[in-house]
Order: sequence, then C-alpha cells, then structure tokens
Amino acid sequence: MTHLLDINLAAVDWARAQFALTAIYHWLFVPLTLGLAVVMGIMETQFYRTGQDFWKQSAKFWQRLFGINFAMGVATGLILEFEFGTNWSNYSYLVGDVFGAPLAIEGIVAFFMESTFVAVMFFGWNKVSRGFHLASTWLTGLGATISAWWILVANSWMQHPVGQAFNPDTMRNEMTSFADVALSPVAVDKFVHTVLSAWVLGAVFVVGVSSWYLLKQRHLEFARKSLRTGAIFGLVSSALIMLSGHHSAYTVAQTQPMKLAAMEALYKGGTDQPLTIIAGINPFSQPDFEATDEPPMKLAVPYALSFLATNDVNGYVPGIRDILDGYTKADGTAEPSLEEKIARGRTAINAMAEYRRLKGSVKSDGNEPSLLALQTTIRENMPYFGYGYVKDRSQVVPFIPVCFYAFRVMVGGGCLFVLLFALVLFFLCKKDITQARWLLWGAFCCIPVAYIVSEAGWLVAEFGRQPWTIQDMLPTWVGVSQLGASTVMVTFFLFLALFTTLLAVEINIMCKAIKKGPEL
Amino acid sequence: MKLIRDIWRLYYDGFRSMTLGRTLWTVILVKLFIIFVVLKLFFFPNYIKEHAGKGEEADFVSSQLLNR
Repeated sequence: MTHLLDINLAAVDWARAQFALTAIYHWLFVPLTLGLAVVMGIMETQFYRTGQDFWKQSAKFWQRLFGINFAMGVATGLILEFEFGTNWSNYSYLVGDVFGAPLAIEGIVAFFMESTFVAVMFFGWNKVSRGFHLASTWLTGLGATISAWWILVANSWMQHPVGQAFNPDTMRNEMTSFADVALSPVAVDKFVHTVLSAWVLGAVFVVGVSSWYLLKQRHLEFARKSLRTGAIFGLVSSALIMLSGHHSAYTVAQTQPMKLAAMEALYKGGTDQPLTIIAGINPFSQPDFEATDEPPMKLAVPYALSFLATNDVNGYVPGIRDILDGYTKADGTAEPSLEEKIARGRTAINAMAEYRRLKGSVKSDGNEPSLLALQTTIRENMPYFGYGYVKDRSQVVPFIPVCFYAFRVMVGGGCLFVLLFALVLFFLCKKDITQARWLLWGAFCCIPVAYIVSEAGWLVAEFGRQPWTIQDMLPTWVGVSQLGASTVMVTFFLFLALFTTLLAVEINIMCKAIKKGPEL
Repeated sequence: MKLIRDIWRLYYDGFRSMTLGRTLWTVILVKLFIIFVVLKLFFFPNYIKEHAGKGEEADFVSSQLLNR
C-alpha cells in the first residue's frame, strides 16, 4: 500500500512537491488580501456616511495591514507559471491555448485595476474627494477578486476540462468556447467558495487582532467596533459558505466522483449514504479500499452524504470500487469501468501516433479519409486519453487519508469559526467582552487556525484530483518534463528559503504595525 | 494638462511621504529581482524552447507524449 512519505527520487515527485510548496505559500498571502479588502471597504463606507475621523483612522489601519500583505504576496503566483514552463512543459503546451486568455486577462486586470486604485487608496487621502477615494478602495478589492476569478477559471478547467477541442496537428487543446471555460459550473463554484473562504479568513484575522487589543487594554473603542464589524462579516460569510459548500460538493459529485469518494473514504457506495464525521484511518497509509467496505470506527450522519452529493437523501453515491468497476449514473447513463477507460485511452494514444506518422509521411491537406477517420477516433476517445497511461487500479485513486482528514479540518474549522463569530457578537451585545479573556485568547489563537483551514480546502481540491494534471486527460507522470530530479530538488529548496524568508519578513512587519496600532 | 499634473503630484507626493511603504517597496523590488533575474534566467528556462527547434514544438510534445 502507498505511504504518505513514499516520495521516490523521480522528478515528477519533486515537481509535485515544489508546485505544492509554492501554491501553499502563495495562498498564505492571497486570502487575507481578499478578506481585508472588504473590511477596509466597510470601514471607509462608515467614514463616508458619518464623516467621523474614527472610521477614517480605522479604515487606514486595516488598509496598512492590507498593504503589507499585498506587497509581500504580489508576484508570488508568477513562480507557478515559471514552473509550468520548466517542470510541466507537456502539460503547459497542451493547455497553452486554453489558459492564454484567462491568464492574460488576469494579468491586465491585476496590473491596471490594482496598481491604479491601490495608489489612490494609499496616496489619495485629502487629495481626491471622499467618494472617489471610497470607490478606489472598493475597486482595489474588486480588482483583486476579479483577478482571483481568472486564476480559478484556469484551475477549474484542469479539474473539469470544457470548452476545448484537441487538435492533433498542433498537439494543443484549443478553446472552442470562452464562455464555457469562464462560466463552467466548477469555475463558478470554486470562485464563490474560495472567495467566501478568504472573507472568513479576513474576518477571523480582524476579530483576532481586535481581541489582542482588548487583551492589552489598548484602543478599546476601535477594537470593539472592529470586533463587531469582523464578527458580523464573518458570520454572513460563513452562512454563505455553507450554501456554496453544499453546491460545491454536488458539483464535485457530478464531475469528480473519485474525489468525493476519497474525501469520504467511501470504498463501496450505494443509496442512502451517511456522511462520515470521523473514522479510524491511518493518516500515513493508503487504506485497503479493495478488501474492506468501510473504514473502522466510522461515526456518521445518516443520509447526509446522499443529500450533499445528489440533493436527495436517498440518492446513489458511487464508492471508489464502483467508480473503478463502472456504475450507472442517476440520469441512467453508464459510467465506464477503469478497464474500458484504459482501452479507450490506449485507442486515442495509438490513433494519435498513427495520425502523426501518416501526417509526417505524406504530403496532404489533412483531408484524406484515413486521416479524417483517425481524427474522429482521437476526438471520440480524447476524454479518456490519460487512462491510456494507467497500469493498475491503485494509480487512479487519490491518497485517501489526506483527502479525508483535510476535508474534516476544512469543515470542522468552518464550524469553529461560526461559533467564534456568534460568541463574539453575543458577548459584545449582552456581556462585557473584556471580561471574557478566554474568548479573546481563543479568537487570537484562531488566526493561524484560519490559515490551516484555508490551506486544507486546497489540499482537498488538489490531492483529490490526483493523479490528473488535467482530469482524465493527462496524468502527472506524463505532464512532467523529462528533467533530472536533482534540478527540481535544487529549486524546491531555493523556493523554500525564499518563501520562508518572505513569510518571516511579513510576520515581522505585520506584528510591528499591529503593535503600533491605529492612529486614534 | 491639469489632470496629468494632478496625477503626477499624487504619485510624487505619495512616494515622497512614504514611511512603511519604503520598506515594502524595498521588499517588492528585491523579490522581483530574485524572481525575474535569478530564478527565471538561471533556474526556469522554457523546457520546450530549449529542446525543440523553432516550429517543431508540436512534434517534440507528441514524441514526449507517445513515448512514455
């Protein structure tokens, strides 16, 4: 059985580890930017409405923290694109035509919107009208959010490729419908869920920092009002994220059933499926999903998984073995077994090899019957292309323990934050919150927890789609460049050093700014 | 013309009066230098451009995909 730490020295493992490291570090900066953007917008809107200097200084304080985080995080995502070109060149070439438009729009929007309005937001106090300044503050946040949209569109396409057709002449997936790519159900769900999760993280950050001021008996009015703003914002975001979480689970069940089965450690599916709260799964070793029907010591909520996955408490949810053996979907269509998918994948690979050979050997305009027939074969079997490289069943099952526990950390953390926001509001309204030091310390300690929870969400999304770089079309070991492992290993440690330094600098500057406090 | 002068003043005065911003800009510039000059030039070449001739990228990628 596979072990979590079974990293062999192949380049593909180092390339995966490097991409994971870079993405995890990048995501330390992004959610706070998106979350604080709303908080500072709310504070400045209060200033615009009331004209009170208190709100202006409050907005300026959160803008300062936003600025620190923004400066540290800016351009860290570019490194991911470098990795595409060097470590994942096959993948990069295959998706280039699809990713080009979204990433170009992201770059243009990010550069023009953010750089313009960030400047007005920081330099424009007392220089532009209050209304224009307020608009600039909101547009800074909107720019960052739109920027996130296009990145998430690209990510979603890998999870659920739509709106493209493979061209065997250019060897590229070429975009056939921009709308299908930009508005695919996976992209919409991912965007809403991700941005809401960033809002929750921002709210926890505001609540945590404000609690620290109350613990230190400093800036009491500012801290109370920030606590109230953060807790209400967090509670509203949490309510919305529950809805979007349910919808995301439904979409995952339709588009990536293996991911859902791995998240739930559902080895053998069926109707009326319960949602597992916790089970005894070894965190470091792939469980024997072939020989057992369910994990030991399983504690579950009856019918909840069926409802989550199908919107019907009696709905059918396939388990890992069902997906491998083939099953009938709710709409009556048959999902092929792994063996059938492998056969179709190999048919696509063979047809492509033959097409490329014929195309190179004869001078043709590409309309010979044999070439047209091969094109048809490739087109019909391309959705299963990646299965042609699969040798055994275990290769297409994600590492279950990571998916299973990361999902529970994400959902459990979300519930913890709902409790936190509710308690903070209760004590603000009904009690003296400064006396509830346990709650203030708890809120402060929740700041790092929010980051862990946020990263756990990405672990579910990305571990859950393994082994695919493009779902069903390209496994990681084919998407990777033929590089020496040592080359990738060197840059892995370079990034580790660079990002750790950046994080240490950010925490240091952020702590100094928080200790200094608002200028009230 | 006045608009351009105002925009210029906004940036000019803004950059001149920065306090914390100076540190942040230093971090940004050092980071961009490391990313674009050190990492991109020395550690992250475009693999396909390095291994495939101009106009032969599709052949190169197909050989990579079909010979695994």
